[in-house]
Amino acid sequence: MNLLVGTRKGLWAIGTEDRRSWTVGEPHFFGQIVQHAVAHDGTVLVAASTGHLGPTVFRSTDGGGSWAEASRPPAFATGDRLGRALKTVFWLTPSHEAGVWYAGGASPQGLFRSDDDGDTWSPVTGWNDHPMWETWCEWPEESTPDGSMLHSVIVDPRDARHLYVSLSGGGTFESTDGGEGWAPLNQGVAADFFPDPFPEFGQDPHTVRMHPADPDRLYMQNHCGIYRLDRPEVKWTRIGDNMPREIGDIGFPIELHPRDPDTAWVFPMDGTETWPRTSIDGRPAAYVTRDGGTTWQRQANGMPERAWFTVKRQAMTTDGDDPVGIYFGTTCGEVWASTDEGESWRCIAEHLPEIYTVECG
Amino acid sequence: MRIPTPLRSYTGQQSVVEGRGTTVDEVLADLDRQFPGFRFRVVDEQGRLRTHMKVWVGEEPVDRGALATTPVGADDEVTLMQALSGG
Repeated sequence: MNLLVGTRKGLWAIGTEDRRSWTVGEPHFFGQIVQHAVAHDGTVLVAASTGHLGPTVFRSTDGGGSWAEASRPPAFATGDRLGRALKTVFWLTPSHEAGVWYAGGASPQGLFRSDDDGDTWSPVTGWNDHPMWETWCEWPEESTPDGSMLHSVIVDPRDARHLYVSLSGGGTFESTDGGEGWAPLNQGVAADFFPDPFPEFGQDPHTVRMHPADPDRLYMQNHCGIYRLDRPEVKWTRIGDNMPREIGDIGFPIELHPRDPDTAWVFPMDGTETWPRTSIDGRPAAYVTRDGGTTWQRQANGMPERAWFTVKRQAMTTDGDDPVGIYFGTTCGEVWASTDEGESWRCIAEHLPEIYTVECG
Repeated sequence: MRIPTPLRSYTGQQSVVEGRGTTVDEVLADLDRQFPGFRFRVVDEQGRLRTHMKVWVGEEPVDRGALATTPVGADDEVTLMQALSGG
């Protein structure tokens, strides 16, 4: 197994045969910003840019032995009605349909699709040209430090035409017709920074995950709390209210157990005053729920007592082993691993650049 | 055209390449035929010069919005510069 670790300065694969011994490889795309790297069905796609040369996608079909740039990278249509140009490919999601991938943009918050395993990409016009796009999305761009993002593209494994996307900021949206029509799905989700704290859209989901063993169950780590939604219900429940009061329920990633729909992990952060986005009181810890969010337990065994790193939204993941392995990367270039479902942690890589994404490959 | 280092992975590590065309945009299009993907790294999908890019024909800077109308002569040297801001 490899961990695909995307950073501000390139992509590293960290390999293991037994989850005890880990080897950090040489960098791929050295010097390039890697926002996301995802492996699926023998293909690895990497969302990369230098920051000045615009966004692109690289692909490998030999496990990273060789790479080719997408012959038509994700981009808005030339002559786009709003003159939009994509700055960054921020998110990659494979569909279970052969060869189909989706890419989320930042910014503007565009959605793009490939039908040939990431070689050529086209705008999803049902989203990018939706009559409400300029209302739902942060447009004209409001220039949050890292731009406005479209992320957490989710394809229902039972129905490839059933999609979810989330906007940071903007909220979560659902399509049941393959991306032609969209509707907000934000009931019960707070946006306490607005005059109306429960608007129809405008919330700031940081990560949304569908449970692979129960596709009706969605978990969300939001700017304003942790939520769960069991479809066909449409109103999210704030399960983060059950977190310890002194920790709160703000963070970026939320990761799921591959088999147990009641188990999820978060990495809470300090969202007070200036939003330093470090762990509360500089004491890093994951929190796990094993009952769908009714109760949460702290998991910090092995982590430093004090540290001041941040774990970004794509920088935490789980593997499919038993017991489940959990991994996260930090803004100070460390990768931490637990192979006992969070009971204990150890650092398996350090001195990497700022980590943006960690995925199993 | 003189090629900055971040773009040389597209030009086979060549620092100077030759392209055909009577405008800057036509030269970029010709270079894209020779080196697929090159043009999209220089201009975005709306044909706008990417941020932190600058172009000269000879010693004359090219207006950012005038790639399609700035003439290039047969012996002109076009310089493409990309600022390396950020850390």
